[in-house]
Amino acid sequence: MTVAPAISTELTAVTQEAAQPGWWRRMPTKAKAGVVLFGLFVLTAIIGPLVTPYDPSYQNPSPGVSMNAPSAAHLLGTTQSGQDVLSQLLVGIRLTLELGIIVGVVATALAVIVGVTAAFLGGFWDELLSLVTNVFLVIPALPLLIVLLGYFPNRGEAPTIIVLALLGWPWGARVMRAQTLAIRNRDFVAASRETGERTWRIIAVEIVPNEVSLIAASFVNTVLYAIGASVALAFIGVADLNSWSLGTMLYWAQSQQALQLGAWWWFVPPGLAVALMGTALVLLNTGIDELGNPRLRDASSASRIAGRWLKPADPTPVLSEISQRRNGFAGFLHSFSRSSLLDKAEAGEGR
Amino acid sequence: MSFIIRRLVFYVVAAWVALTINFFIPRLVPGNAVESIMSKFPNLQPAAYRAIEAMLGVGHPGSIWHQYWAYLVDVAHLNFGTSTSEYPAQVSTLLGEALPWTIVLVGTATVIAFLVGTALGIAAGWRHGGGLDRVLPGLMFLQAIPYFFFALILLELFAVKLHVFPIGQGYGQGLIPGWHWDFISSAVYHSLLPALTIVLTSIAGWMLQMRNVMITTSGEDYVVAAQAKGLSNRRVVLTYAARNAILPQLQGFALAIGFVVSGALIMEIVFSYPGIGLLLVNSVTSNDYALTQAIFLVITFTVLLANLIVDVIIVFVDPRARAREATR
Repeated sequence: MTVAPAISTELTAVTQEAAQPGWWRRMPTKAKAGVVLFGLFVLTAIIGPLVTPYDPSYQNPSPGVSMNAPSAAHLLGTTQSGQDVLSQLLVGIRLTLELGIIVGVVATALAVIVGVTAAFLGGFWDELLSLVTNVFLVIPALPLLIVLLGYFPNRGEAPTIIVLALLGWPWGARVMRAQTLAIRNRDFVAASRETGERTWRIIAVEIVPNEVSLIAASFVNTVLYAIGASVALAFIGVADLNSWSLGTMLYWAQSQQALQLGAWWWFVPPGLAVALMGTALVLLNTGIDELGNPRLRDASSASRIAGRWLKPADPTPVLSEISQRRNGFAGFLHSFSRSSLLDKAEAGEGR
Repeated sequence: MSFIIRRLVFYVVAAWVALTINFFIPRLVPGNAVESIMSKFPNLQPAAYRAIEAMLGVGHPGSIWHQYWAYLVDVAHLNFGTSTSEYPAQVSTLLGEALPWTIVLVGTATVIAFLVGTALGIAAGWRHGGGLDRVLPGLMFLQAIPYFFFALILLELFAVKLHVFPIGQGYGQGLIPGWHWDFISSAVYHSLLPALTIVLTSIAGWMLQMRNVMITTSGEDYVVAAQAKGLSNRRVVLTYAARNAILPQLQGFALAIGFVVSGALIMEIVFSYPGIGLLLVNSVTSNDYALTQAIFLVITFTVLLANLIVDVIIVFVDPRARAREATR
């Protein structure tokens, strides 16, 4: 239980790192790289739009400014219609990151609510919510997103956020449910139940704080999903094409033949920005994973004892084996899930 | 009831949810196909509304439940209506033309990526901290790059600059699709670069997952026991560690099919590949609602079918599951 508070501190406290050098030093290298890289993007998103050299939509009418390679006047060159790529990039990073984070917050909140509720209520409600989660996991998200957004007339930012958030929760909900099931049977939860705590208080004070590392990981994953999906949607033209996001930049670059004309400065910067943003999030997530499971750490964390390299031992497994008895309808619902395959056969079963 | 039949029931429920969503979306969102056509052609008289409705076959009379039933019957008969963007082609004809392209290319590429990624993951997980393990951060970067961007870069490099591969399309111009050598060789040649992009971008995910499970598995007592018995390294890795690590990997594979399909849709747009993804995007941008909805259903059903196949494989590979199936 010492792990969870440590992560929460580290994640919220990029600013506190000076005050608490200990936390920073103990962080896995990958997580550090992720925090620094992601921090740079957040900084760019905050400051970037304030320092753009040009208006990103301004189309310079003089023909000499069309499709210019990077120069002193236009650090990242210009587009076909004479727009400044750097300005578009700075504005685009903010819009894309903003969308990713909003979707991440909303979808993670939904995931926590669904997952924790399912695990805590147990029985019929658990199986029903799990069934819904599994159905939404198996329906391919991107085609559904395209169909849903196709019906919104202007395909602006708000519908995109709503639709992405509504389809982004099932993965997180699955993980949260498994973890809650594991925690729910621990002694400290039983103790607080015995002392007469209300259910919502047990959930809010005893259970959720112990899941902070998983919630953080789920949040990072959801942001990754949101950025990837929104950029992909914009790239294929299912977005507000008058706004500047990394996806719409790529859309215009693709549709105006930047590739065939060799204008690498037009499509490489936005693509690289998305890729680096994604890398930062993946690194951050691996770092969080490694904090929870030292076995996954680099060999560098191994220590040499009596001539042999020993890796740090595995701590108590986070996901302890969950064995539940399911009766009646709940058991019936459960038998349709893939995980029912891994259930232990109960005594008397298997005539 | 056997596991497979139960899973089949689950997929039928999922399919029904998809069908129902598909039915209600156009009825809940403001505006409809007819209005979007009316707004595109301001010269149309209001009286034309009924005519367009009849042309598209959207003006179903009767209560919403009546419409719902008629819709389900239509889908069961593969009657998806008429396409407006390629009028007067039937939606089902367009689907029949596009689907084989996607299934062959994406299916093959995904299976290759899964097999190679899993093999690399076994190697990296067994030699934890070894050479293969060190290239992981690089592979993670590859994984974080959006599919289409990576595809664009490869297209620029190999097709535009080096002329090794063709720039998009499914087959050479002037060829008539059919079972003759010219066409097949051209189709294979055109599919190499798209397939390569799918393999390269998804391999890292499989490798990372397999590596992580392998690391955990190779610490298990039975692996240590196998080594203590003096079994060959190859045998310990493959029949003891990897054999047990493959089950979570297969489950992960089933869960990831949807993502693979989504990525492949985008790939088709980059390469102008004549598959279902390109058709979907063209239908959305031209407000061809009947086609869009039918494509969503077809993709969903394909994904469900792929999931069912993976379930069968899981039962086949997992001896516990096989034993339970036998006793039921």
